[in-house]
Amino acid sequence: MSDFFNKSDLTRQHADKIVSETLNNCDDGELYLEESKSESILLDDNKIKSSNYSSDLGFGFRAISNEVVAYSYSNEISKDSLKNSSENLKSTLKSIKGTYNHEIPKSNKKFYEDINPIEQKTLDSKLEVLNKVNDFLRKKDGSVKQVTASFAGEQKSIEIIRSGGEALTDVRPLIRFNVSVMLEKNGRKETGVYGIGGRQSYDDYLKNDNWKNVCEEAFRIASVNLESKPAPAGEMKVVLGPGWPAILIHEAIGHGLEGDFNRKKTSAFHDLMGEKVASEGVTIVDDGTIDNRRGSLTIDDEGTPTERTVLIENGILKNFMQDRHNARLMNTRSTGSGRRENYRHIVLPRMRNTMMLSGNQTQDEMIKSVDKGIFAVSFGGGQVDITSGKFVFNCTEAYEINNGKIGSSIKGATLIGDGPSILKEVSMVGNDMMLDPGIGTCGKAGQGVPVGVAQPSILIDKMTVGGTKL
Amino acid sequence: MVKDQEFLKSKASYCLDLAKKMGATDASVTVGHSISETVNFRNKSLEASDRSDGLALSIETYLGKRRSSISSSNLLDENIKTLIEKCFETTKITPEDEFNSLPDKNLLAKQISSLNLYDETRFENDKKIKYLKDLEESASSDKQIINTESSFTENKSNFILANSDGFCDGYKTSSFAASCVTVAKDENSMERDYEFSSKRHLSDIKQATDLGNKAAKQTIRKLSPKKIGSEKISIIFDKRISKGMLSAFASAISASAIARGTSFLKNKIDQQVFANSINVIDKPDIIKGMGSQNFDSEGVNSNTLQLIENGILKNYLVDTYNGKKLNLKSNGRSGGTTNLYFEKGNISYEDLMKKNSRSLYITETIGHGSNLVTGDYSVGATGFLVEDGEFKFPVNEITIAGNFKDMFKNIILANDLEFEYSVNSPTMMIEGMTVAGK
Repeated sequence: MSDFFNKSDLTRQHADKIVSETLNNCDDGELYLEESKSESILLDDNKIKSSNYSSDLGFGFRAISNEVVAYSYSNEISKDSLKNSSENLKSTLKSIKGTYNHEIPKSNKKFYEDINPIEQKTLDSKLEVLNKVNDFLRKKDGSVKQVTASFAGEQKSIEIIRSGGEALTDVRPLIRFNVSVMLEKNGRKETGVYGIGGRQSYDDYLKNDNWKNVCEEAFRIASVNLESKPAPAGEMKVVLGPGWPAILIHEAIGHGLEGDFNRKKTSAFHDLMGEKVASEGVTIVDDGTIDNRRGSLTIDDEGTPTERTVLIENGILKNFMQDRHNARLMNTRSTGSGRRENYRHIVLPRMRNTMMLSGNQTQDEMIKSVDKGIFAVSFGGGQVDITSGKFVFNCTEAYEINNGKIGSSIKGATLIGDGPSILKEVSMVGNDMMLDPGIGTCGKAGQGVPVGVAQPSILIDKMTVGGTKL
Repeated sequence: MVKDQEFLKSKASYCLDLAKKMGATDASVTVGHSISETVNFRNKSLEASDRSDGLALSIETYLGKRRSSISSSNLLDENIKTLIEKCFETTKITPEDEFNSLPDKNLLAKQISSLNLYDETRFENDKKIKYLKDLEESASSDKQIINTESSFTENKSNFILANSDGFCDGYKTSSFAASCVTVAKDENSMERDYEFSSKRHLSDIKQATDLGNKAAKQTIRKLSPKKIGSEKISIIFDKRISKGMLSAFASAISASAIARGTSFLKNKIDQQVFANSINVIDKPDIIKGMGSQNFDSEGVNSNTLQLIENGILKNYLVDTYNGKKLNLKSNGRSGGTTNLYFEKGNISYEDLMKKNSRSLYITETIGHGSNLVTGDYSVGATGFLVEDGEFKFPVNEITIAGNFKDMFKNIILANDLEFEYSVNSPTMMIEGMTVAGK
């Protein structure tokens, strides 16, 4: 745990006093202190290309009254700096008075250990793994022309000080291990990427030579793509594989169920609470409480313990994801979804691990039922227009389906759909729910936060596939 | 006030001295300070204010051909010392890489001419509030507009880049940015669109009312969109999308992508990659330019580069490390392009719109559908169906796809180039792409 008050003239008593004075006449707010240590080590083109370490320290001070949020941050933790911020907040909110809400739920549960993954593995042994990855892949096949492998590790310590002196703390480890391989054969080049990670030490993910499995998977995806044909263009049936393809859920449904867009009535879902928005059998939750997952949090960035929030239950819209600010304005409670990238940013309601739960059909049944369509197994990124509800995601591994059989692989294509209606097109839900490998980062308003997704195989009756073959 | 040159220089030389003392053979350091203030409005009232004040430091230490780096926002001398120690310890065990080095001394920028990138005008928050009130007043004048959100950001930055070969320079920059996002609704649909203006000098920012009106107009015209069928059709890219083609092109000719072999434009120097009417230029010395710079992120002097001449690829974007790999001299593009643009074409916007009896005009794309290894391109899109030069109806929930290799050779540019951003393109038409819809 970081002690934020031992390196400057700012004592905890000073901080408590300034925070309480500033927030006295506000509805909500807090002082957020953060110290993070992070590293990234990259092997590329047969060499250790870079090894970077960074440390970051700072605070963000927030005051809210009515609908107005005032925010000020600095990376200088000192008495003067905090006072300046306080003046800045007061000047914005000078004419708006509120009543501070001291209530914040408590929990003793923790979903990861207080470790610093960077210190738990020596730099030498990290370099050794990266070099092994490079040798392994280059020896594996003559078509391997480029290998990139990287480690990224972080420990973030936070402390939230609320008016009245209440303090909440969390220490969050996070790691990611990534391999990208480019193959070249008969003049064609294709890339395959795979990664793993979460909130444990590097060795928890790398034990039993697991780095080899990551290499094999990246190689397999690239090999499949080397043989790919142009993707079809137009509306057709789409079978999604389990796990990472759930970024469809994240883009199509997740963002539209975040509290801020619904309070502002700019989400395509804002007037659909209690309505049927998905086929029967479709249940979607956003869960911050799964041990060691990338999107899990013991407390969110406002200090609220996270929870498992049911968003859609058996096709019916049940809940939005809320931070304190939007919850207060919508007369509901925070779901522990208030997150920020770091102290430089304001809190927004965000996803954690977004999951569609299993049904009882099999992937085989789905594929057999399709005359003409595609089977999408892996994806790159996605994006959504919250207001129109239209969303896209990019296939990185997909196959055509002809007469109930999987055919040849197809080139990467964008799939586009309509968020509020896509889940009504889900006609089968598989029994094979899987979590993603722990690599997702969600972007919103310029802030990236680590998230997870999960889903079983599903069959979507109609979606537009953005290939080039008419 | 943003920290002055003297303060940043003293921090930089403290770092260099310390690294040298510990035994580093070379070192380079960047110290920057940035203050920015943003005011946000929503539906004609204040929604948020945000002030940020941040110092940033990054250091690279070398031991012969070994290199590693650290970065931090904590500039206390004691912390810097700990970090440099850690950085140098890491350098010692990092394997050698023959291409690691500081830039060639004779390429470093020598004379810094003023590009007028700093406007010290202070636009107080009260004035930002007045600007945003006017903006939202005009943005919401049509009753179909149901939500307006706007913001005004003022930023002042200063930096020093120094290395152990004696380079030590930096300068102040400023930026002012106003943006507006509007949501419109009718009985069939809800749509969002935007407009923004970003400039080095306050006086160059668009009028609040113009910005608001334009955002509203662009949003309302999108209402009640239709999905069209899958077909091959010529596509006209609005300026705000056509400049994205240039950004994709720039990524594909970065020396790093070329050296790694992960670009579809590898080994294409002196070959035809665009239609022969196309010229692409990267010009770092535009006065008040959003992408202007006196030197790149390594201190290397940057001159104007003709990247594409009559459709032929003439230059990559070269930094020191990847340049050494490719046996090329750095051309001052560590950190990418500066002010990148297509030279204007010779057909008017109106004539381009009428060139085909039927075409698709794209105003927004979503998704990350550019594969720079293969050149494959596939993104979600919204826009308008154009018939006989006129917008017929809005279109959404479609994708457009092609391959950059073909797309670049089929580009026709209008003559409506303007220098608004750091990447600028005229309106563009590309024939032969595939639309996937119904």
